[in-house]
Amino acid sequence: MTLQLDPRHVAAIRRHGEADYPAEACGLIGGMIDESEGGHKVAVQLVPLANQRTDAARNRYLIDPDAFRRAQEKLDRDGLEVLGVYHSHPDHPPTPSAFDRAHAWPWLSYVIVGVARGRSGELASWVLADDRAAFEVEPLVIEEGNAVWQ
Amino acid sequence: MAVKVLIPSPLRAYVGGRDTLELEGTSVAELLERLTGEHAALKQHLFAADGRLRSFVNVYVNDRDIRRLAHERTAVAPGDIVSIIPSIAGGTGVTTRLPPLSHEEILRYSRHLILPDVGVEGQKKLKAARVLVVGAGGLGSPAALYLAAAGVGTLGLVDFDVVDKTNLQRQILHGTAGVGTPKLESARARLQDLNPNVQVELFETRLTSENGLDIIGEFDIVADGTDNFPTRYLVNDACVLLGKPNVYGSIFRFEGQASVFYAKQGPCYRCLYAEPPPPGLVPSCAEGGVLGVLPGIIGSIQALETIKLIVGAGASLVGRLLLFDALKLEFRELALAKDPACPVCGPHPSVTALIDYEAFCGIGAEPTYAGAEVNALELKGELDQGRPVVLLDVREPHEYEITHIPGGLFIPLGELPGRLRELDDHTEVVTYCHHGGRSLKALEILRAAGFAKVRSLRGGIDAWAVNVDRDMPRY
Repeated sequence: MTLQLDPRHVAAIRRHGEADYPAEACGLIGGMIDESEGGHKVAVQLVPLANQRTDAARNRYLIDPDAFRRAQEKLDRDGLEVLGVYHSHPDHPPTPSAFDRAHAWPWLSYVIVGVARGRSGELASWVLADDRAAFEVEPLVIEEGNAVWQ
Repeated sequence: MAVKVLIPSPLRAYVGGRDTLELEGTSVAELLERLTGEHAALKQHLFAADGRLRSFVNVYVNDRDIRRLAHERTAVAPGDIVSIIPSIAGGTGVTTRLPPLSHEEILRYSRHLILPDVGVEGQKKLKAARVLVVGAGGLGSPAALYLAAAGVGTLGLVDFDVVDKTNLQRQILHGTAGVGTPKLESARARLQDLNPNVQVELFETRLTSENGLDIIGEFDIVADGTDNFPTRYLVNDACVLLGKPNVYGSIFRFEGQASVFYAKQGPCYRCLYAEPPPPGLVPSCAEGGVLGVLPGIIGSIQALETIKLIVGAGASLVGRLLLFDALKLEFRELALAKDPACPVCGPHPSVTALIDYEAFCGIGAEPTYAGAEVNALELKGELDQGRPVVLLDVREPHEYEITHIPGGLFIPLGELPGRLRELDDHTEVVTYCHHGGRSLKALEILRAAGFAKVRSLRGGIDAWAVNVDRDMPRY
């Protein structure tokens, strides 16, 4: 699978990461599956969420089940599903940590943006391997699509 | 009829792309066993190697988390809807460098360290935390004591008051020897004695729109123990603007409230109370009285919520208003929602900087009483000269019982409008109460009724006890 993000999604993820720096920013990516060419995920709507790790917001993020459920219900009403999650790595490269992997869900795209000294840098998408042993790079396509803004 | 099991998007690829399955079973455990039996690849994503449900896998039966029911033994019946809900966690994996604990600290905090939800990491987080307690009074006393005892590394205190004997009935940071000294000095001595590991930072000032963001900006969490509305709104707005949690408590007579206002996760104080009450409507502790142990309970709850936020344990009071009634001994809880039109934490805020909170709360806009007040020594002189002045005590009967100025009339403020005929509108009247507030209201009532010569005793019977009659008890 590939993940398709609109350039405005990319900009919004960067802005969120910068705004919450030095804390980690997080949110969900809603969209739909395009079944052609083996299927790829097309992002439509971002759901920025509050990082609920008040105790360690600089190096951890958490989207709790209630927040996930509310976001999922909202996307569901728009005919969308949760395709993935984005989060920032303050002063750290956009590669998944062992902690990310230990807590990862299969299939979801994990988009990570590095934010160094308040400025966003590289952005990459990752997917958990089926055997949970590693994260694999997910091809990221950035092109204008049907992005929705709230 | 089977039980409906809702599958979240990350797991649908393992169940043929479906978002709902119908499964037979009488408990969550049976359903999950059937699910992973039919779709074996799901197992490793739902269960850890030790066979337990992974920490980030949440199962809800209808609308309730099974962790709050009977976990996997939770019973299900046909027609129930079981949802598998992800929680999503991650991070850089580099732990923020937490300060080490000394041997002395390990011993001191041993009862924390053996708690699974605190442990060494939680205790280090407490040590790294910076908490600001606003007000070293009834609420601030227990809050600061418990936070210091718990090992919060840096405790800031804001207060500019002096210890008064009437404070000691509830403000347990201070002792009899401290009467007449600044509250911050006696607070520092008590906190340092309790736990010398705590850095106490003192701000001997009123919190204002000028210094509010600077002071609060230096801390992670604020515990608000203020006793007045301008400061309460100021603390709220500053916390929203700075993105910090505000652990709120307030008390009145026998009742208390507590909540955590954290705009990033829930409502703020303005979502609950958009506007302050008119000045004078809500009496202060000095005017209305307060049961001394009440702030002990509410301030302790503030300390508890602060500690939970720091260590990340349990369910916080975000979005919940706790109401406590000491006489009924009853705790109630109200769900609070974020106000989408909130002027400070809403999506289109009109308050984007600290404002003039005295003006916002209508203070300074009250009518002035120039010439309408008399001070205690002047009044004493007039009475000694034999001037025919009628003293009218407008306090409550239980206050009259504590003490009163001999030779006057006694009509509680609430009864005054109905008992005006007991007074002669040609005589000169001086109204008095405890501190000089209610007597001004009595003055207005009398003036409106046509009394021409009415004045109010400035500072009330308390000023009389201090300046005229030293044998009179103060309260």
